[in-house]
Amino acid sequence: MKRIATILLAGLALGCFVLAQGTLSLTGAGATFPYPMYSKWFDEYHKKNPSLEINYQSIGSGGGIKQITEGTVDFGATDGPMNDDQLKAYQDKHGSGILHFPTVLGAVVPTYNIPGVTASLNFTPEALAGIYLGKVTKWNDPLIADANKGVKLPADDIIVVHRAESSGTTYVWTDYLSKVSEEWKTKVGKAAAVKWPTPTALGGQGNEGVTGTVKNTPDSIGYVELIYAESNKIPYGNVKNAAGVFVKASLAGVTAAAAGAAKVMPDDFRVSITNAPGKDAYPISSFTWLLIPAKFSDAAKRDAIKGFVSWMLTDGQNYAEALSYAKLPKEVVAKEKKALNNIQ
Amino acid sequence: MATTTTTVPSADPVAGSRSFLSRLRDGDEIARLITFLFAASVVLITILLVYELWQGSALPRHQFGFSFFRTSVWDPVFDQFGALPFIYGTLVTSAVALLIAVPLGIGAAIFLAELAPLRLSDTLEFFIDLLAAVPSVIYGLLGIFIIVPLMRRVIQPELKQVLGILPLFKGPAFGLGFLTAGMVLAIMIIPYIISVSREILLSVPRDQREAALALGATRWESTWKVVVPFARAGIIGSIFLALARALGETMAVTMVIGNTPIISASLLSPGDSIASVIASQFKEATGELYTQSLIELGLVLFLLTFILNGLARIMIVVTSKRGSGLGRA
Repeated sequence: MKRIATILLAGLALGCFVLAQGTLSLTGAGATFPYPMYSKWFDEYHKKNPSLEINYQSIGSGGGIKQITEGTVDFGATDGPMNDDQLKAYQDKHGSGILHFPTVLGAVVPTYNIPGVTASLNFTPEALAGIYLGKVTKWNDPLIADANKGVKLPADDIIVVHRAESSGTTYVWTDYLSKVSEEWKTKVGKAAAVKWPTPTALGGQGNEGVTGTVKNTPDSIGYVELIYAESNKIPYGNVKNAAGVFVKASLAGVTAAAAGAAKVMPDDFRVSITNAPGKDAYPISSFTWLLIPAKFSDAAKRDAIKGFVSWMLTDGQNYAEALSYAKLPKEVVAKEKKALNNIQ
Repeated sequence: MATTTTTVPSADPVAGSRSFLSRLRDGDEIARLITFLFAASVVLITILLVYELWQGSALPRHQFGFSFFRTSVWDPVFDQFGALPFIYGTLVTSAVALLIAVPLGIGAAIFLAELAPLRLSDTLEFFIDLLAAVPSVIYGLLGIFIIVPLMRRVIQPELKQVLGILPLFKGPAFGLGFLTAGMVLAIMIIPYIISVSREILLSVPRDQREAALALGATRWESTWKVVVPFARAGIIGSIFLALARALGETMAVTMVIGNTPIISASLLSPGDSIASVIASQFKEATGELYTQSLIELGLVLFLLTFILNGLARIMIVVTSKRGSGLGRA
């Protein structure tokens, strides 16, 4: 009995030793929206580099920012860039900065359920902001009807559906509305969860909750991620972009929005690409970011993460479209490769 | 330790056998200590929980004070937080659930314990226990796919037509809302009420029933006037167990309540509950005040449960005094 225990213990100790010698593991936490993409990447990268294991917890963007600031993970991930206060909090705690690296892009689309209407509706920014502010209350309001000549819209009340839980999707949606409506910006603002200004609105839990509620509720409108709408074949509307063109959301349209923004991309990559210029650009698009410390105390970890990011920017991008994420435009990839040198 | 000798007379030390007995006693002491620690850990965990919730919510407690309970604005962008709509939603949905579940649950328990043949009763009990073990998200899905469309198309329009003059049934029929959440909760808690109440009724001594029957009571009279009052304390206990589950239910409620923090007299209106908003928003909450306000909501829910449990205790004491004079069954 005793001998068996000794052997087991010895084996365990040896195993730990081998593990500690052989593999390096990185932990990350954050955004849920890119989780399918990240788990695919980490898996593929592990196949190529068996000695590196990357664990990712999709606990939400807020959690990702919190954990990387507290230093409990090696990297974070977020759907909305960190604000100046958050950057300062990180700087104060660690004495060095944090870097944003865009990985892929997503988009948010308006989806609706109007009995008798099968056409793909056109939405102007004014109409979307008006509906969500509670000012456009009927489907046949001129703000909607003028953009949809030939579609017979009912005189029924519009029922607004939003995400019940705080989410990156809501962040992108409200970021867009803040850009196109001054009233939205001052009254509601942009965040992962906001106080919805309409007198009655319904909250759905997750993309599937919003879709289900819209499907179940006649005369309703909601917003969901493009990935979700595409894979579930949900009808969604076209949105008028900054160039005045009605664009149906597509992966190409999202990449076009990112390319339009690439010219004005700041060095820290904290950029919102909603309402981006360009006639092909879909206006409600967004990057999602990895948050990587500018300074690593562990050189092995530093080299591992740099290796992963440069792979993600090249070969990794080829996996994106199969999972319905939009690829990064070339200009952004080139800029990010340069920025990798800032990780020390 | 020395005082325990009075309760264990055989442990009187006698020369020779002393070492054996004291060893035995030592074993008892160890067992006593260990089990005491286990019991104490429950109290410790409770204290720790309250302490953590209290510490974790310092910021909103200082900033909002009691207005946290009175105001109904919940605005994460402009850092304004009030708990009233969530408290209201929690209480209203739980009340609706109890209103539906208590008569149904107790009625079913009486049938199973007193009137049904034993084999049928045992078979049904198996299914009821199965229902009690179903995860709440399944009930939420049942709510979304079956109850919500049913409510929107049939039940709510009917209610509006018949009882539309009451403020309780005003406004558009969304299908989602307080009433639907209450109904889903009712379905969830009925198995608890049935299961516990049935056990309590079955444990009522046989001679109670026989005495009533011997005095010329009918079977129903003996059940309703003797057995049920005898088991009253236990039945109330089962109701409060069910209430505790309804108050804290998260997933099923958030899927059908509509998740809009408004206070409306209409049961057809969408609303929100404490557990539901914590689960929905905690994950992505940024900013100290926002996170801590959610933690304070947790504290509020804890207090609410605490108060209602206290009321249950008082109710049991009062009714058992007024009733047959027999304590807990």
